[in-house]
Amino acid sequence: MTSRTFLDCRGDAHSLAAVTPVASELGPALPQPRGRLSEGVVVALRSGRPALLDGLDPVYADSDDDAALALWTLQELSYRGFRGVEETLEWDARVVGLRVALERAWEEELRALCGAPTGDTVPVDVGSTILEMAEADDGPSVAAAVQRHATVDQVRSLLAQRAVYHLKESDPVAWLVPRLEAGPKSALAALQADEYGNGVAGRLHHAMFTAGLQEWGIDATYGATIDEAYVETLQQSTTVTMFGLHRRLRGAAAGHLAAFEATSSIPSSRMAQGLRRLGYEGAMAAYYDEHVEADAVHEQLAARDICGAMVAREPHLWADVHLGVRAVFELEARFATRLLDSWGIAA
Amino acid sequence: MSVEPVVRGTGECVACPGGPLLVRGDALVEDREGREHPTTRPVSAVCRCGRTRRDPWCDGTHKLLPERHRPA
Repeated sequence: MTSRTFLDCRGDAHSLAAVTPVASELGPALPQPRGRLSEGVVVALRSGRPALLDGLDPVYADSDDDAALALWTLQELSYRGFRGVEETLEWDARVVGLRVALERAWEEELRALCGAPTGDTVPVDVGSTILEMAEADDGPSVAAAVQRHATVDQVRSLLAQRAVYHLKESDPVAWLVPRLEAGPKSALAALQADEYGNGVAGRLHHAMFTAGLQEWGIDATYGATIDEAYVETLQQSTTVTMFGLHRRLRGAAAGHLAAFEATSSIPSSRMAQGLRRLGYEGAMAAYYDEHVEADAVHEQLAARDICGAMVAREPHLWADVHLGVRAVFELEARFATRLLDSWGIAA
Repeated sequence: MSVEPVVRGTGECVACPGGPLLVRGDALVEDREGREHPTTRPVSAVCRCGRTRRDPWCDGTHKLLPERHRPA
């Protein structure tokens, strides 16, 4: 046990009581491990003994599921934490060390998946280029399946997956704010004001999604559906969190935001139509209705006023903006393929 | 084809190439029937392609139109 006091250079004793670990009383339960790596993380956090992380390394992951869940768990310490887990662990050097090692490994895989921009030149009109990339994306569409023929049970399974991100919608993007100059910062603040309900808690997007989950009879508690989350769902979450947590990846955070918004209006309209087709005309349809209009604004702000301005100031950021954009398409295509396959629909 | 939005307000208005008119701040925007709608967002996107189903607001429909039918 380490001492709870330390001596300064004059020999005076100081109490460390102010940083005595306090276990969080709220927050979700820790997830069920999916392999040795995520089990090591869960055990270390639950016991409050980060020394148990010593020797854990991304290469020991039993599967992509195991690695993604281990990373998701470590990153969640910066959102809502976990019930019973000491809050000081968020910035414990061993916790951060393993988190960053997992993020580096995932970033390398993600860059290989997404590819680099062709050519060395930065587009003249970055905003239009991003919106054109979004229009050209021809990945499988979950929203089209919901619009036309998904059943109530199938939609329920989709919403449980979406809850992993939608219950913290826009939160990882908030980390981008302090890294921007005035122009893109004010555009992002306007976008986030909308995401956060313009001062009305009930219009806050993740609160609207909570109401929608309740309408659909799904546990809307933050983190409640994590044990049924696909690896593809976990990776969508860990990617956007990684982009938010690392200032180095600010270009990717902005590109991800722009592509996410630019592939939202029309799919949201299809989702709302599908929910109404199934007789669910309440809170969840309202959530998607809101995204039709809001994201028609947000895609323009994100692509032109945020990404465009960031690349104009720092042209080297274009490669990472491109990474963020491609990551949205690639990870959603993987998710949609997995989900539609489980519905018996060829993607 | 494109329509010219009618906007009454003091905030800046910027036309996005091939897309909506972005209106900053509070304004009144006319729909196709001439009825006025107040903005409810810090920035609003107003339809310029004439095909929105959420008149007068942009719903992304311009993206489904061939290039020649999009606003300039």
